Amino acid sequence: MQFTRTEMLPPRAPPVSQSGALKWVRENLFSSWLNATLTILSGLVVYSLVKLSAPWLLHAVWNANSLSECRSVIAANFGPDAGGACWAMIRARWYQWIFGFYPPEVYWRPILNFGLLFVAMAPILFSDNLRGSVKLVGVVAALTILGLALAQGSWGLFALLSAIMLVSLAVAAWAPRYLLIATVLYPFATVWLLWGGSIWGPLLALAGFALIVPVYRALSPRFGLVVATTGGVIVASLWWFVLQGYVADALQTAIPLGIVAVESDKFGGFLLAFLIGVSSISISLPIGILLALGRQSNMVLIKALSVGFIEFVRGVPLITMLFTASLLLQYFLPPRVQFDLILRVIILVTLFSAAYNAEVVRGGLAALPKGQSEAADALGLDYWQAQRLIIMPQALKVSIPGIVSTFIGLFKDTTLVSFVGLQDPLRGITSIVRADIDWKGIYWEPYIFVAAIFFVACYGMSRYSLYLERKLGTDHR
Amino acid sequence: MADTALKLSDDVAVQITGMNKWYGSFHVLRDINITVQKGERIVICGPSGSGKSTLIRCINRLEEHQQGSIIVDGTELTSDLKNIDKVRSEVGMVFQHFNLFPHLTILENLTLAPIWVRKIPKKEAEETAMYFLNKVKIPEQAQKYPGQLSGGQQQRVAIARSLCMKPRIMLFDEPTSALDPEMIKEVLDTMIDLAKEGMTMLCVTHEMGFAQAVANRVIFMDQGQIVEQNEPKEFFSNPKSERTQLFLSQILGH
Repeated sequence: MQFTRTEMLPPRAPPVSQSGALKWVRENLFSSWLNATLTILSGLVVYSLVKLSAPWLLHAVWNANSLSECRSVIAANFGPDAGGACWAMIRARWYQWIFGFYPPEVYWRPILNFGLLFVAMAPILFSDNLRGSVKLVGVVAALTILGLALAQGSWGLFALLSAIMLVSLAVAAWAPRYLLIATVLYPFATVWLLWGGSIWGPLLALAGFALIVPVYRALSPRFGLVVATTGGVIVASLWWFVLQGYVADALQTAIPLGIVAVESDKFGGFLLAFLIGVSSISISLPIGILLALGRQSNMVLIKALSVGFIEFVRGVPLITMLFTASLLLQYFLPPRVQFDLILRVIILVTLFSAAYNAEVVRGGLAALPKGQSEAADALGLDYWQAQRLIIMPQALKVSIPGIVSTFIGLFKDTTLVSFVGLQDPLRGITSIVRADIDWKGIYWEPYIFVAAIFFVACYGMSRYSLYLERKLGTDHR
Repeated sequence: MADTALKLSDDVAVQITGMNKWYGSFHVLRDINITVQKGERIVICGPSGSGKSTLIRCINRLEEHQQGSIIVDGTELTSDLKNIDKVRSEVGMVFQHFNLFPHLTILENLTLAPIWVRKIPKKEAEETAMYFLNKVKIPEQAQKYPGQLSGGQQQRVAIARSLCMKPRIMLFDEPTSALDPEMIKEVLDTMIDLAKEGMTMLCVTHEMGFAQAVANRVIFMDQGQIVEQNEPKEFFSNPKSERTQLFLSQILGH
């Protein structure tokens, strides 16, 4: 019974069994009676769906001036009973779904702004992937220039705006670090480009942030971080809410610089959806992280405030918050301050999604072993260093799917703003177009069009989150 | 009181006086008195739940004590955050489950605290890190992630990570109990090397061979109190208390 191995066995290739399409079909579609039945049933469902929708899609009409013209074209070509899609309506009115009632002669402003959005996001989305960032900025620059070429405007303007996009591309390729400047300036540029008016407003608002720094520097050595930051914010708020208006007016009379102002009620369609969605998404994540940390804090007051906020906001429907934005918020603000309705909606949608993000991030924090923060403590890292360098990178990585779900949900929820009288693409613009005598009675086409654009945006976010998860997957579990 | 402590601090690394700790109403540590001289190597052992891990976690304030005083290298641990940070930057700690940062490479694990806490330039921190990786004999793993290393390698990285902060005192909290038997030796060898260089060490461990080889003193704890302490030879050959005798017969029985 004695046995001694003199030679270790080398690894061998697995046995070559039958392979190819037939094997795949047998293993994946017909491996058992149940599986085979389900395969045949799903095949039938797919077949009937295609059979139902194919004629409608194939009989589509692209050139017509009204729904009745569409119908007569289809009847002439495919017989009186045939149904068909009337995409001519999209062709005639697409710009309203995109821009709402924004004046067509300044379409270049939202187009440029949308292009710059990706320039501003590139250094964050692809923080250590230069190729990805250049690719993104390159594609966006090309599309933006194409869009600008199709929009109204003088050649000089077109050349200037194209130059801006090309310079962004050059910066992305050769000096990627400076692209972050675009990221910081982007919010102010957005306000100015979309609403227009005097350039002094956004510039002075930016100056308000610059005020925080000297105040912080002056106070921090004597009173510490918290007091200094609070002091800075108070001074900046005084500037924004009290002084800025007067200074801006004075500067505008002295040196009038500006572009045509566009009122908020002209905004609509996907311009509005993206404006609310992108602003709320980018502000709600940091607030959500702070709320999640606050909820875990040892400081009783901060913890109670965080828990109270999160539970309150999650317990209230978004519509209620939107009504608050449109009706109630104005009562709580000082008399002279006139907050734009879109701005108010952005603030409340941001708070709403921050509460959800806080809970998602809390889940990520809970998934981390306690040893991670203990190791950070034992190495002498302070609380914020430990959060920034050790805890958050890991917690956020775990939370990516949840965070992106929140973002996607938030982006689609921007259509709810139609309840407070804003022209969202789904209900606002669609009902306006359908009220037109030419297109009265059209039903499927506008919703399919709107759904397609939402799908592209949401699918893009979902793919990006997969990319991010793959990139950050270093733990080899 | 404080004056005497400060006077002592020239050659005393850790002084624990009349220390008590409770978890809620559960009295985990009772009247602990320990003085650790600089360069001393102390092994703390005892049955599970005896409070030995809690004790060394009090030394860098991962756990808070409620009574008595702990003075580490002349700094008393109070709720003052400055003192806590000072002590933590001078005391290295090695955990049972390594607690490496899985999202950072080995090199980044080692340079993180020197760069952010000690404010050392990145290049210099990396040189120090490579020096200590050489010392624990795994310089070739510098660019890998913790998840790609074996348990023994991870624990050696964890030791190197602590050493990069140039600590004066090292705490080991059961550094080998999560390891496969084949890997225990490589970690113990690293610790023995460290002991030979004169590092002040407090180790919670059940590796009695290690205790006999390097310890100046063995402390035996049960039910939150120090039951017996002695130099290793006496401790193992001639344990005084009945509880110690029982414990030793249990772990050395085979």
